[in-house]
Amino acid sequence: MSQLPMAGAPANLNLAGLAKNDYRGNPTTLCQGCGHNSISNQIISAMYELNVLPEDVLKFSGIGCSSKSPTYFMNRSFGFNSLHGRMPSIATGGLFGDHKLKGVAVSGDGDTASIGMGQFKHIMRRNVDMVYIIENNGVYGLTKGQFSATAESGLQLKKQGTNPYMPIDLCMEAVISNATFVARSFAGNPKQVKELIKAAFAHDGLAVLDIISPCVTFNNNEDAHYSYAWGKEHEAPLHDITYVPPRKEIMLDTELKDGEVREVAMHDGSVIVLKNLEKHHNPTDRFEALRVLEEAQRNNWLLTGLIYISTDKPTLADTYQLVDTPLNRLTEVDLRPAPAMIDKINALMF
Amino acid sequence: MDKVINDFSIIVGTKNGSGSSTANNTILRAIFKMGIPVSGKNLFPSNIQGLPTWYTIRASKDGFLGRREEQEIVVAINPDSFTRDLASVAPGGAFYYADDIKQPVTRTDVAIYPMPIKQLVRSDTSIPSDFRDLVGNMVYVGVLSYMIGIDFETIRAALEFHFKGKQKPIDMNLKMVRAGAEWAQANLEKKDPFYLEHMDKTDGLIMADGNTAAAIGSIFGGAQFVAWYPITPASSLAEAMIDYFPMLRKREDGKYTYAVVQAEDELAAIGMTVGAGWSGLRAMTSTSGPGLSLMTEFAGLAYYAEVPIVVWDVQRIGPSTGLPTRTSQADLTFVTTIGHGDSETIIMLPGNINECFDFGWQSFDLAERLQTPVFVLSDLDMGMNQWMSKPFEYPDKPMDRGKVLWEKDLEELKGNWGRYLDKDGDGIPYRTIPGNKHPLSSYFTRGTGHDEQARYTEDNAVFQRNMERLKKKFVTAKEYLPKSVLHMTEGATIGIIGYGSTESAINEARVQLEARHGMKTSFLRVRAVPFTQDVDEFVRTHDQIYVVEMNRDGQLHKLLSLAYPEAAMRLNSVAFGDGMPASARWVREGILERANGAIGIQESVAPVMETSNNGSKGAN
Repeated sequence: MSQLPMAGAPANLNLAGLAKNDYRGNPTTLCQGCGHNSISNQIISAMYELNVLPEDVLKFSGIGCSSKSPTYFMNRSFGFNSLHGRMPSIATGGLFGDHKLKGVAVSGDGDTASIGMGQFKHIMRRNVDMVYIIENNGVYGLTKGQFSATAESGLQLKKQGTNPYMPIDLCMEAVISNATFVARSFAGNPKQVKELIKAAFAHDGLAVLDIISPCVTFNNNEDAHYSYAWGKEHEAPLHDITYVPPRKEIMLDTELKDGEVREVAMHDGSVIVLKNLEKHHNPTDRFEALRVLEEAQRNNWLLTGLIYISTDKPTLADTYQLVDTPLNRLTEVDLRPAPAMIDKINALMF
Repeated sequence: MDKVINDFSIIVGTKNGSGSSTANNTILRAIFKMGIPVSGKNLFPSNIQGLPTWYTIRASKDGFLGRREEQEIVVAINPDSFTRDLASVAPGGAFYYADDIKQPVTRTDVAIYPMPIKQLVRSDTSIPSDFRDLVGNMVYVGVLSYMIGIDFETIRAALEFHFKGKQKPIDMNLKMVRAGAEWAQANLEKKDPFYLEHMDKTDGLIMADGNTAAAIGSIFGGAQFVAWYPITPASSLAEAMIDYFPMLRKREDGKYTYAVVQAEDELAAIGMTVGAGWSGLRAMTSTSGPGLSLMTEFAGLAYYAEVPIVVWDVQRIGPSTGLPTRTSQADLTFVTTIGHGDSETIIMLPGNINECFDFGWQSFDLAERLQTPVFVLSDLDMGMNQWMSKPFEYPDKPMDRGKVLWEKDLEELKGNWGRYLDKDGDGIPYRTIPGNKHPLSSYFTRGTGHDEQARYTEDNAVFQRNMERLKKKFVTAKEYLPKSVLHMTEGATIGIIGYGSTESAINEARVQLEARHGMKTSFLRVRAVPFTQDVDEFVRTHDQIYVVEMNRDGQLHKLLSLAYPEAAMRLNSVAFGDGMPASARWVREGILERANGAIGIQESVAPVMETSNNGSKGAN
């Protein structure tokens, strides 16, 4: 029974010759029970299982709780924690350095759906070869609890009152903007999250992965209508925002079946309704993708699964027909025109 | 009447979008081809079609290329600006106008030459009606060619260049030039003294605009990644890169060693540039003031994260609408500390077309050596107008890729390196580049809050230590920056400091100051911020210093006063910003005005009517 794993034992190594530890990052500094941590763990598992060499991955993020998370996975990959809403531009330029590398980017709903909306749309247009994960919780965590643009209309937050605006559906935005891979999942459904990360990573082009990731601390709705009788005793400490009570991560007890609709209680007692895509859903049909998203919106479901995929569009690197050698390994011989060219140029001037 | 040869200005008043630029460039190039030093400046509105626009051409046997404030020859094609154009002719000058403009010609002190442009174009039935307005502009080229003596063969050469050898448009345009010249010969009597004659002062020179020079220079610098967003007056820089890249970096396998991305805005343009610089590419963007405002946060991040990028700022007048198509030097203080928090900036200041080319490649060496953003500040006048120039010179140094560690380097170091570790004591750390496969190569990049190993920390002492190192890096930077250009006059105690496109106007003003006022001056043209050693020396060794620049507040003057507080009382600001390129007149008058207060020099010659430029009254 007591079989202790030996360090470096062949059984623990993947085809890249690496142990799962080689994919880990620093210890998280996010709140205990935060859905983002679960997603980081699934990224680690997915990369390990896909036998990815960490040096072949570039990590990118913007600003926010979610954007801190690339520090918590894959320490052996280069990473860039950039500016609010502008991760897509850093990634677009960064991936030109070596077109054989793949981007894994983490953003949040604040980072992507507000200041970052423009760059989000344009990175999809360009089909940059990257997994674009949005850890979506409808709230600004790092600045302590303001509404984000994906928060549902009527949501109540302690300090902010009632959200008067309609939410932005990032998956619908993605399909409309010609993204070539669009999926949604729920952080508490780790198996689906991992499988979708693997599929997204295997996709050539930009893969949008909108992952509902409940905020344990600030999405503290107290509207009785949506509330399970969860925590009168927890309510008091939440008024003092410097104290964050430890919480457990919300996990599904069992996997969602195809087409299943299930209610899931959030930390604050509110409920979200997950609806897994039907088995017969054809993700290559863009019209159908928009239809199921519209249907989900009317029913107040959060549709999960692979919503849309297109595999025939060139990636940005394909479009630019770059030389085989990574651009950042080219030297003066490749980059500086020959001396004779200066006379040609001068002859072209008047 | 004495002839005035090769020393006068022409201004053509037309409507924006009427196709006159071909005609005006043809005159400019033809004069250049005649061996006469010449400059051309397009003074255009922010408009596609309809608003008045002017093109000035200055022929100067002495080689002064700055703007003059007077013009001896005025060509009026636009009824909307007719009255103003007529009033602008210097007394004794010449006024050419399209005779379909039925407005009173009220001047008697200038020679008046009506031109039947519409009639001549219509009488040539071989010209399709939709081409009439376009080629109609060639009539005034023809009339001028006869009246002032522009060589027909040089006009042909200019048109062949313009139309890249396409015979049909060349012939159609030449035909109208000839028609204009023949009509003038038969109908006009020369009543003014202004003539052009062949010289040999442009032999071996080229004509180019600064944006094209910057683009080609950057390609010779090994540019690999360009992200940009359209903005006047910078757009033609990135567009010139798109034009010249294919020829200069052509490969047999048909693949590309570079990428040019038109971004969705300037936020993304600089974001992509920072990303590409971080991943080891020679990355650049080009913009103007408004775009620079949007780039500010990323510029600051690149300073803290120590990412090499190059940003060209082709300066123009400020935000939003109004005068965005007019030149300026008013971004200097903004760029000096661009970014929030403590920050410093490496700024290169090209002063002519050759330096636009040279700084094109040198800026990459500097950025990669110093691992920081390098800003190159040009301006609309230099960037968009045609200037005669020495031919471009091939880089005289191999590329400097700075301190980069690849796999074998890390192997030798046994992984013992720190991204922000000052190993050499010069403030410049070593960097690795994404794609490096060594297991110890990677690091995580962020703004503040990193230790020498690029690990996350909020430790105050570590932060402060890093900031001090950055400061040291900018002291080291001085060794690598381009030195100033010095024009020293024996025995001069008065100094002038300027930068950028004002050089020609300043040098012309210096000649005038000495000839008319006995004021001897030396002139230092700054080419970099932070200031190099030679600026220290110049400031120290001159009794009074006039800092000349095109803005309201004297930005360079402020920077110099901060850098040399002990000399602040000797530094006088001669700042002027109305959107027009600098002229010798405002430089001269600005210096005299301040000199009267400072050292009591008086105008020794009463200001005469600043009219013709025939030598006896002094050049403007």
